[in-house]
Amino acid sequence: MTIRIFIPRDAGAIAVGADEVAAAFEQTHAAIEIVRTGSRGLYWLEPMVEVATDAGRVAYGPVMEADVPALLAAIQSGGDHALRLGVTDDLPWLTKQTRLTFARCGVVDPRSIEDYRAHDGYQGLARALTLTSAEIIADVTTSGLRGRGGAGFPTGIKWKTVADTSADRKFIVCNADEGDSGTFADRMIMEGDPFVVIEGMTIAGLAVGASKGYIYIRSEYPHAIVAMKAAIAAATRANYLGAKICGSAHSFELEVRVGAGAYVCGEETSLLESLEGKRGIVRAKPPLPAHKGLFGKPTVINNVLSLATIPYILAGGAQKYADCGSGRSRGTMPIQIAGNVKHGGLFEVAFGITLGEIVDDIAGGTLSGRPVRAVQVGGPLGAYFPRELFDTPFDYEAFAKRDGLIGHGGIVVFDDTVDMSKQARFAMEFCAVESCGKCTPCRIGSTRGVETIDKIRRGERVVENTAVLTDLCNTMKFGSLCALGGFTPYPVMSALKHFPDDFGAATRLQAAE
Amino acid sequence: MTSAYEAWTADRGAEIIAEHQHVEGGALVILHALQETFGYVPEAAIPMVAHALNRSRAEIHGVFTFYHDFRREPAGQHVLKLCRAEACQAAGGDALAARAEQKLGVKIGHTTGDGRVTLEPIYCLGLCATAPSAMFDGRVIGRLDTARLDALMAEAQR
Repeated sequence: MTIRIFIPRDAGAIAVGADEVAAAFEQTHAAIEIVRTGSRGLYWLEPMVEVATDAGRVAYGPVMEADVPALLAAIQSGGDHALRLGVTDDLPWLTKQTRLTFARCGVVDPRSIEDYRAHDGYQGLARALTLTSAEIIADVTTSGLRGRGGAGFPTGIKWKTVADTSADRKFIVCNADEGDSGTFADRMIMEGDPFVVIEGMTIAGLAVGASKGYIYIRSEYPHAIVAMKAAIAAATRANYLGAKICGSAHSFELEVRVGAGAYVCGEETSLLESLEGKRGIVRAKPPLPAHKGLFGKPTVINNVLSLATIPYILAGGAQKYADCGSGRSRGTMPIQIAGNVKHGGLFEVAFGITLGEIVDDIAGGTLSGRPVRAVQVGGPLGAYFPRELFDTPFDYEAFAKRDGLIGHGGIVVFDDTVDMSKQARFAMEFCAVESCGKCTPCRIGSTRGVETIDKIRRGERVVENTAVLTDLCNTMKFGSLCALGGFTPYPVMSALKHFPDDFGAATRLQAAE
Repeated sequence: MTSAYEAWTADRGAEIIAEHQHVEGGALVILHALQETFGYVPEAAIPMVAHALNRSRAEIHGVFTFYHDFRREPAGQHVLKLCRAEACQAAGGDALAARAEQKLGVKIGHTTGDGRVTLEPIYCLGLCATAPSAMFDGRVIGRLDTARLDALMAEAQR
């Protein structure tokens, strides 16, 4: 009997040898069928190989090329193996999650639209096709979904604004310029379940009356680009995209556009400029993209995760989605755990879990075994949190209250060897490299910030220069057009506030007295 | 090793530009296509792109220079990109970057004197849970350590 073996083709798994493992299985010429899936998100166990059994899929990992012959023998004979992890669905990392957006990721074959349909795919679109625009938007509003790119703007309101604006053309733009370090959820879903992104965009098109969509993917994600293009081709062949989709009166077509290495293009107006073939310079708002977006037309621009959550919501899940979460943060967040951690990966859970639970319980502390000193939440523009703030619940407002942000849900863990003044310097340096140059606080302020932190690090007039740095951060925060200049102060000021010793402040102040 | 790229000719450049000329807002699409073909975007192509899109030469030059990806000259035979972002920093990326600079004898952002290797920074490959990460000639590499890095550099020298 042919054994079905599932091996991820996720870039994170490929980076640690999944292709070599798949090739080694093929070379055995055994009676096996290999299905390349996305990743389940347990990256410390990648390459994680799963085998279909009567009890469900059984996982093995991390599997190296050299393990394959013995592993295959164990699989064929039903014998045990040192890398056997158990039934995948029973793994604690997965049972503790609420996988709504990522339900299919790592399970289905991302190249197969049939497999997508067999796992409840396209049910959201089927229902949306029976609803009016207002009814679709009402569902999105009911769900409480907010923009998962980081800004947290209510998706339903954004869609309604575009729906209410009349124009000869409207656009749906999917922001897949996931540039924040420590984030990879967009990449995973595009590689592991690309049809869900397509379905979400198609529903958005129905809701607002748009017939063309763009997915802007960063060039650093070659595997995601291939996966999305293949899925668009398959969906077009199956009439889920193109003219008169699914025999309805609606048309919707999709195009992948590739970025070119500019971090700032993750900012929505900069992304629109880039899509228009221009420098990625941030636009002043208003006008909002919902009124005047791509090519000056009303445009829905949403993050990958926001759009990938839409099919679940439209398939009757709006209220169930809203029932998860805490405060004004409804639903689930695919949290990405990275950096110096024992168990890194994707963990989708309802809002409200505390930072400490994520870092200590889920991630299991540091890989180095040293104590956790700082955790950066929300990418390069997110604040550094010390252990004293680990009781902060993961939701938009709770993090804002503590001068931080959840951003796109990335968490980067550092052990006690980290030098926080160096991290603060990096934040300013990164801003200087990536600034689009439109506004002065960001363009000039970031360079002055690097210089000032250098002075502090050298011990030059620490008190005065710390005051200058604080003032500079204040100017950047309130004087910049977009989040790049406006949020760079978060990592800088949090490092200064919570880790003053690293800036020499404590010791030098004492010495001066 | 022979180059995977074609040598620049104005005719071939014109052909590529014509192929994508009618893509709405497609300046980046054209620049990507040129770079994929020639390995860089030759300066002579800029006025051609501008003419085809009915935009000024300054505008297209501005687009070309805004984005980190586009090269004004060919890269070395191999390109090693090391992730320099926070998640990789947390996992020891700084030491690996310093080692690569020292072993190759070039600073990040430069090509070795013999034209073999271009060493570049990259800000996040989205492989942050298996950090530190690198990309070698388009191939993604996770859990980079000194042994793996040395192996990559040896491969590049062959």
